[in-house]
Amino acid sequence: MDLLNLSSTMLYTAFILYLIATFFFGATIRQEKSDRRKKTKAGTIGITITIIGFIAQLVYLVTRWMASGHAPVSNMFEFMTFLGMCMVLAFIIIYFYYRFTFLGLFALPITMVIIAYASMFPTDISPLVPSLQSHWLYIHVTTVALGQGILFISFVAGIMYLIRQIDQSVRTTKNIWLEIVLYTIILCVGFILITTTFNLMNYNATFEYQEGNQSVVTEYHLPAIAAPNEGTLLTEDAMQPWFQTPAWMQGADAGRKFNTVIWSFIAGTILYGVIRLFTRKRIGAKIQPLLKSVKPDLLDEIMYRSVAIGFPVFTLGGLIFAAIWAQIAWGRFWGWDPKEVWALVTWFFYAAFLHLRLSRGWHGERSAWLAVVGFGIIMFNLIVVNLVLAGLHSYA
Amino acid sequence: MKKIKCECGHINPEGTVLCESCGKPIEGNQHIDGNENSKLINMRYDGTARRSQTYNKSIIDKIWSFFSSVKVGVWLIVIALVASMLGTVFPQEIYIPADAVSRDPAVFYEDRYGILGLIYYQLGFHNLYSSWWYMILIALIGISLVICSLDRFVPLYKALKKQKAKRHETFLNRQRLFSETETVSNEDIETVKANLKKARYKVSDEDGHILAEKGRFSRWGPYVNHIGLIIILLAAILRSTSLMYTDEYIWVREGEQMVIPGTSGEFYIENKDFVMETHDENDERFSQAIQQEGTVPSNFQTDIVVYQDTNNSIPGAEPVLDPILEESIQMNQPAKFDKYTLYQSGYQMNEFTNMTFKIHETDDPDETSLGTFTIDLANPEAVYELDNGFEVTIEQYYPDYHMNNGQPASQTNYPRNPAFVMMVYPPDNENPEISFLGIGKNIDATGENDYKLGIVDFDLHDVSGLTLRVDYTLPFFMVGAAIFMIGVIQGMYWQHRRIWINPKGNGILLAAHTNKNWFGISKDIEKSIENTSIKMVEDQQELEE
Repeated sequence: MDLLNLSSTMLYTAFILYLIATFFFGATIRQEKSDRRKKTKAGTIGITITIIGFIAQLVYLVTRWMASGHAPVSNMFEFMTFLGMCMVLAFIIIYFYYRFTFLGLFALPITMVIIAYASMFPTDISPLVPSLQSHWLYIHVTTVALGQGILFISFVAGIMYLIRQIDQSVRTTKNIWLEIVLYTIILCVGFILITTTFNLMNYNATFEYQEGNQSVVTEYHLPAIAAPNEGTLLTEDAMQPWFQTPAWMQGADAGRKFNTVIWSFIAGTILYGVIRLFTRKRIGAKIQPLLKSVKPDLLDEIMYRSVAIGFPVFTLGGLIFAAIWAQIAWGRFWGWDPKEVWALVTWFFYAAFLHLRLSRGWHGERSAWLAVVGFGIIMFNLIVVNLVLAGLHSYA
Repeated sequence: MKKIKCECGHINPEGTVLCESCGKPIEGNQHIDGNENSKLINMRYDGTARRSQTYNKSIIDKIWSFFSSVKVGVWLIVIALVASMLGTVFPQEIYIPADAVSRDPAVFYEDRYGILGLIYYQLGFHNLYSSWWYMILIALIGISLVICSLDRFVPLYKALKKQKAKRHETFLNRQRLFSETETVSNEDIETVKANLKKARYKVSDEDGHILAEKGRFSRWGPYVNHIGLIIILLAAILRSTSLMYTDEYIWVREGEQMVIPGTSGEFYIENKDFVMETHDENDERFSQAIQQEGTVPSNFQTDIVVYQDTNNSIPGAEPVLDPILEESIQMNQPAKFDKYTLYQSGYQMNEFTNMTFKIHETDDPDETSLGTFTIDLANPEAVYELDNGFEVTIEQYYPDYHMNNGQPASQTNYPRNPAFVMMVYPPDNENPEISFLGIGKNIDATGENDYKLGIVDFDLHDVSGLTLRVDYTLPFFMVGAAIFMIGVIQGMYWQHRRIWINPKGNGILLAAHTNKNWFGISKDIEKSIENTSIKMVEDQQELEE
């Protein structure tokens, strides 16, 4: 399948281009001090490469669409990749409005984490089940992803604001919380690293366990620290599990997922430890000087603007289009499915954000914390709800 | 009512913070918007008198103030948010999986989630979203929406309608964006005016006092979107009445014709065929995924005919059925007739339609048939008399046989795995022989039977699960959602920008206010004063310090 090969090559190309663009955005640090709004060469090159990367990813999308016959937004890999693409698009739009190159230094790496994270899930083209065979699949999913992409920019601006503004000279609750946010991002990197490592080694251990009345076989691609509950290892010369996943952890393949979480924590924590060993500072404290030249007002403005733009888009895609489709597919536009509820929770949250900001004057730091938490809710809805609370939107 | 007269001569209603005409802060009322200790004035509602901030005597005043507070509103949102999250910890009652040990919530939650599950169930969280307290919470949010909006909209509308270009100096220099230029020529002022007009500002000039305004309609955005939300909440109340909303679930066998419940006997449905198709595993696009995860269905479809009983209006009359619709219902393609919509919602493959048995002598190796009979599993008869004098009675019928604690029982009422206890009366014999028969089971209880029963043939059918809906509230929800979107876009994608230029001596005072996007208004000002002697405004609210 040539189309499919081309498609994955283009995705890979886009990823590399985003990486290169990040370096150019990083190079704008020094020039920024003299005049923030003046065009810089490095910034121009950076945004050009970003746009080329975005086009490459667009080619990935189109070719995969042609290969599969449906819009590639139907499983975890495809959706998260698409979300990454929307984040880049949102960044490009905000860039041309504010010409703020430095945003790219933070936005692009996090986008790359998302795309890399996506490719840890099965990348096979999966056929559509009847309920997904509707044009509303494209309409609903693309609008939601675009809304979330724009809200992502508020997260980036928020986290930059916090790194810039929070006092790092002494240890405080605030800078510990900020550090926890950064540590969480590193955990994702840890997950990507450890999964890739064992994938390259082709590691495989098969377990058999009871689920209800059925006997189920599951394959671990990471050495089993936690076996499935009441599971037996079938593969010889694989590492013996240390303990069993507790029985109260429910859901499809809870053991394997729990094991992956443990590994991500181990790898992420080691990675974090190594970084701390070299920097001898909190990561927040290490990055802070880079942001000294950035005006906090601008960050605050971008953070708020992207919520103001993203909130209506999210409402339209995540609630209204979702409801219309649900009405057509299931005859009820709202069914309190966990994914629906979490979309509502996200909506409530950003509604509270806007009210606090407009009427209670929550600007600056408070607003930045909210932007970070808001995106945390979006990620929770994407990852935890899909993998753990799975309802109708179950992808994996 | 106490009126307050400002030094500019304007008479303001009680509770006004900034004079409606000239914007001068009114002494004694500055605490209302928290202006006393800040350099800038709070421009949120242009300093108008709001009922909630002015009167606080009667009970009604207190209730009004309570609900008009955004703080209360945000708290309600946050509580609703947390409550909604709680409901997803474990599945809601309607989402108890079909493979659960028991679908009885009293059993299910404790069985699967232990003590936490039991608490969850006992607190009623398994039906959280229809609980009285969740409803009240949403209703409170609705009340808060109405009161908040009224409390602010009315005075704000009045204030913005009659605003003057001439403003008091303290109003101007306490704006976030402000500059003072000592000497400015008239040409420069005219240039700025022309530039602002070019940037699509509405410019008004009252003897040299200039007000440039743009995007005022965005100020109504929040009120418009709140109206949309209120319509949605009202629609939700309407939907809870059976007048506006019908919901029926029906199982129809292939070949069966039945009256559709919920249509007062007016409509009948016939299921001609149920089709389930799967994705081709040889399709090279999907072969890998199908290998990994097993077969994937590609289509659920019921071919139906809907009939209308034209005799329905006459009570007790025989139905006269007139086919009005022949259609294939699929997922995402419901069928519509009259005011009803039918959705493909479920299916059951391979139920037994009928089974044919024969009788033969137990020790006949050829099992030569002595007679056959056919049981219609939808309506089994009590006694079957065979031509050659045999008589078979059905003692027990288990449509969906399984063993429950060592006892035979039926899991459902649907013939998915039929089993029978049958009595065989040979010709001219009073003493019956007992046999137990099921799929793959043929048990002779005593071991002394002379005659044996055997299954010769059976027919299968599929059953379609269809949902019937009437929902007159949908248009209301659509209108509410549309109004909400219009309002939220109006409020979010446009900004209300105002620029004041007032003369002072030979120079001018330049001040600007916007409700959002200060970056944008600064750019506007920067462009407008280009090539003039007017100083650029300074942002008096820097977040840095």
